[in-house]
Amino acid sequence: MEQASMDHTHGHEMDPREAYGISKFGMWLFLGTEVMLFGGLFAAYAIFRAKYPEMFLEEHKLLNREMGAVNTCVLIFSSMTMAVGVTAIQRGKRKLTSLMLLITILCGLAFAVVKYFEYSAKFSHHIYPDTSIFFSLYFMLTGLHMLHVFIGIAILSTVLVLTMKGKFNQEYSTPVELGGLYWHLVDLIWIYLFPLLYLIG
Amino acid sequence: MSSHSSSEEHHITSYKTYILIWILLMILTAITVYVSYVDVGIFNIVIAMSVASVKAAVVALFFMHLKFEDSITWGFALFPLALLALLIGMTILDTFTRLFPI
Repeated sequence: MEQASMDHTHGHEMDPREAYGISKFGMWLFLGTEVMLFGGLFAAYAIFRAKYPEMFLEEHKLLNREMGAVNTCVLIFSSMTMAVGVTAIQRGKRKLTSLMLLITILCGLAFAVVKYFEYSAKFSHHIYPDTSIFFSLYFMLTGLHMLHVFIGIAILSTVLVLTMKGKFNQEYSTPVELGGLYWHLVDLIWIYLFPLLYLIG
Repeated sequence: MSSHSSSEEHHITSYKTYILIWILLMILTAITVYVSYVDVGIFNIVIAMSVASVKAAVVALFFMHLKFEDSITWGFALFPLALLALLIGMTILDTFTRLFPI
């Protein structure tokens, strides 16, 4: 019986609940590859830290701990608003979802602004990615993370536009949830980057 | 087909829960920043990494709804962590056990 209906719809139509489950499953798989992408750099960090502990101790003091802490708070707050936005759309509250997505995007931009000031301060002190292994890792890790913040902003902006167009409701909110999962991963990686780079030496 | 997942009426987390989780995350952040100003030797890194892992677990469990996902999703969420441990563990083993370091 399923076979017949599948043939007629050329496989485009799927049981919505099944499609929802598979989409989320696929997103988690993708997030796994993201963890491995950062994993290479984390491995490099572990090795060089073990090899040159004094360098990491001395040079991490050059980072601005306050700015790093502010950015941590900004990202955690944006993760919360994102989660609230997902609940809102699951309850069919489109206006609240749009507002929460907007706040999340603005937090992402605020994070980028703080990071811009941090990078500028480093450059003005003639600290570049080729200054030392520590700063090489610092710029690679935060740079790759920053790229993810920008991608996240692009995804959430798209989701925001579609939400305002009324594409999502309590029956169908998969893109909002998947965008949210991506944003939470960006937050999750920063949760590790902050102590590894700014706090411990 | 319908044997797995079929997550009956997927769980919706309340706004209140998220705000409580957010407060918890802020407290943990405050702890980790505070500890970084105190020198407790090797425990600085132990505390910092433990707090970060608790924060990461809370984000995954609640913000990312992992707590309410089926076992396959759990498998896919945890497997990369095992790979990551393998990657970092084996690279460190290799680097620090060479007879003729490069």
